[in-house]
Amino acid sequence: MSGAAPAKPVVDLADGEWHRLHPASPLLRGGLVFIAIAGFVIANLRERVVEFFLVIFAPGQLDDGFGEWSDENDWGRDPIGGIVANNLVGWALLGVLLVVVLVIAGFWLSWRMHTFRITPEAVEVRSGILFRSHRSARLDRIQGINITRPVFARLFGAAKLEVQVAGQSGNMQLAYLGSSLTDGLRRDILRLASGARATKNGPAPAVALPTVASGEAVTVPGIPEPLPGAAPSAEPPTIGSRAGAIVGQRVDEFLAPELDPELAPPESVVHIPVGRIVGSTLLGGAALWMLALAGIVVAGIVSRQLWMLFTFVPAAIGIVSYLWSRITKSLRYSIAGTPDGVRVGYGLLSTANHTLPPGRIHAVEATQWIFWRPFGWWSVRINVAGQSVTNGSEAAQRTQVLPVGTAEDVQRVIALLLPEAAEGGPVAAQIGSGLTGRAGREGDRFSATPKRGAWLHPFSWRRIGWSVSDGIALLRRGSLVRRLVLVPLARMQSVALSAGPVRRGLGLAELRLHTVVGPVVPSLPVIEREAGEALFAHLADEAVERANEDRSQHWGRETADA
Amino acid sequence: MPEQSDHPEQPDHTEQPDHTEQPVHPEQPAPEQPAPAQPAHRFTPDAEWRRVSPKYLVVEVIGSIITTAIIVAALLVAFSLWGLWWAPWAAGAVALVAIIAIAFEPRRVRSIGYRLREDDLLFRRGIMFHRQVAVPYGRMQLVDITRGPVARALGLAELKFVTAAAATAVTVPGIPEAEADRLRDELVALAESRRAGL
Repeated sequence: MSGAAPAKPVVDLADGEWHRLHPASPLLRGGLVFIAIAGFVIANLRERVVEFFLVIFAPGQLDDGFGEWSDENDWGRDPIGGIVANNLVGWALLGVLLVVVLVIAGFWLSWRMHTFRITPEAVEVRSGILFRSHRSARLDRIQGINITRPVFARLFGAAKLEVQVAGQSGNMQLAYLGSSLTDGLRRDILRLASGARATKNGPAPAVALPTVASGEAVTVPGIPEPLPGAAPSAEPPTIGSRAGAIVGQRVDEFLAPELDPELAPPESVVHIPVGRIVGSTLLGGAALWMLALAGIVVAGIVSRQLWMLFTFVPAAIGIVSYLWSRITKSLRYSIAGTPDGVRVGYGLLSTANHTLPPGRIHAVEATQWIFWRPFGWWSVRINVAGQSVTNGSEAAQRTQVLPVGTAEDVQRVIALLLPEAAEGGPVAAQIGSGLTGRAGREGDRFSATPKRGAWLHPFSWRRIGWSVSDGIALLRRGSLVRRLVLVPLARMQSVALSAGPVRRGLGLAELRLHTVVGPVVPSLPVIEREAGEALFAHLADEAVERANEDRSQHWGRETADA
Repeated sequence: MPEQSDHPEQPDHTEQPDHTEQPVHPEQPAPEQPAPAQPAHRFTPDAEWRRVSPKYLVVEVIGSIITTAIIVAALLVAFSLWGLWWAPWAAGAVALVAIIAIAFEPRRVRSIGYRLREDDLLFRRGIMFHRQVAVPYGRMQLVDITRGPVARALGLAELKFVTAAAATAVTVPGIPEAEADRLRDELVALAESRRAGL
């Protein structure tokens, strides 16, 4: 354990050595809560504290009987009063000091004991003071890398890096790291994971260096700061200029775009106007709640039952804060393809970005709610491994790759997510009819559902259909909520065909494609029985075939071998 | 969903079943070699559906009887204690439904079938609620053998296949124990040889 920390500033965190986190990590992780509690306690005790000082320094100023510090009245019975009454002020202060010292020592110790390293095989984290834990995630199992920068962490120039692996609660968090080093670390982890080890460990790493060098030119100014213990070894110019440099760097980081422009071809970035974000949020699911609330308010005013208004204040606050968080999270949204996967970034004050390496996306769904239809807005969600459905809003945010966009945006996003659906291919040609088309339209290459399907799906039976090309199954359904699901067969887990008594009677069946758990459920609720059996057989065969051909898990291997 | 309702009671799960699990990929093999198309050892794919053991009928019938008996008893107790007038009628209805279900049990058990094809396992069950699933061998994460008390007395076991998708839910009941062990080893070997990514 001892001697694990590097003695000099580190440029490359992925060098196989043990490293420490950003020194402000404990404070950012739990310390802010502690400070908030202390502030709360002090604010509540303000009067007592003021009087306490008055008693000590100006005993004559108080009215008789007001500050009787004795056991008989209320004053003596509350903790602070009791301490003063029993002349324990000194001990109490000592106790407080002790607690503060212990907390600081605990923070420091937990920081000392929390180390991580990145080897060519795995990401490893050791942590814990009394109960040591050592977690290790294999690089070839990595499902994604998320970098989050909450507002407070950004002020400290820190960022949280999360390595997402398959399996529930299997994520490895590195909270927090120096903000500028984090991007380099992500790049290195992804490069190691891509299978392109030769470029990293080979005798002549010059091949990979041009991009690396330019990246490091940016990161170097940030290095002395994340590891202040190293500062004495260098000669700091003056404290003033150094502080100025740090502040300037913070400002630069704060204003910098979430997406590194060097890494992304700019033409592929989807741009969402602010108006569309606000509009889509207002017309989203919360719109119904707002309507209901408005109705209640109007009813309350008309019937002069004003108390009704107050009971709905909490609900109104909830809705407004939900809308606000949705809007701020969607602001500055960006999506772009990088050599190591698709990167989705968003956030105004707290920023985050997720990198999805190639071959990790198990299903893609474009959805259009009925209120969005006049505007032609769609949202895109995905299934990735290691993502539980009930994992809260952060996970929901992560599976939502496009909060709102036009049909063209959807095309572009899907082309990024599934390389098979790139523009000009047969899959891309069908996305348009998959989004809005229905059976019977010209140029529609989706299968048609027989009319008796209307017994089960009276509104949407015309839209229910499927198509398979280039190893991608396209399933479309839904009329009020239009859905188009794309499943790369190379990653389909299994396929099921089922029929209950009603469907059997109608000569129909239901087909489901099983993928990893996520918000997208690829299914075809109604399909003609024979067609269903044929499709079942076809999908089962093609899934095996595509899985054998699939090499996207190690997307960098070919380039490294070449 | 509907596929559950054709086997409404699974007595094997009510008591502590003994559990043996075997991970399909005990140590992740080095990802260097691409998944070979040919299996490591020869195995002949099934030409026909394999049926589960006819003795499995006993397991299902006993399970149905126990569940029905518990419900009927509870309803009769409710009638005698609180005098709920509808309770005996409900008990009668439950018993009737159970008897009809038991009458169809032989057909249902016969409808359960599985088939090891060249690259995937095919599983089907149900008459009223028919369900058919294909699981590629390379997708299997875990093969799990469970023995319930009744099934164990009859020398039967239940084989469960777990993939990365929770919805796969393929459980082949009523396999003789020796056959279950052999099948598990064979499937693990097959999964190893056709291993794909997640």
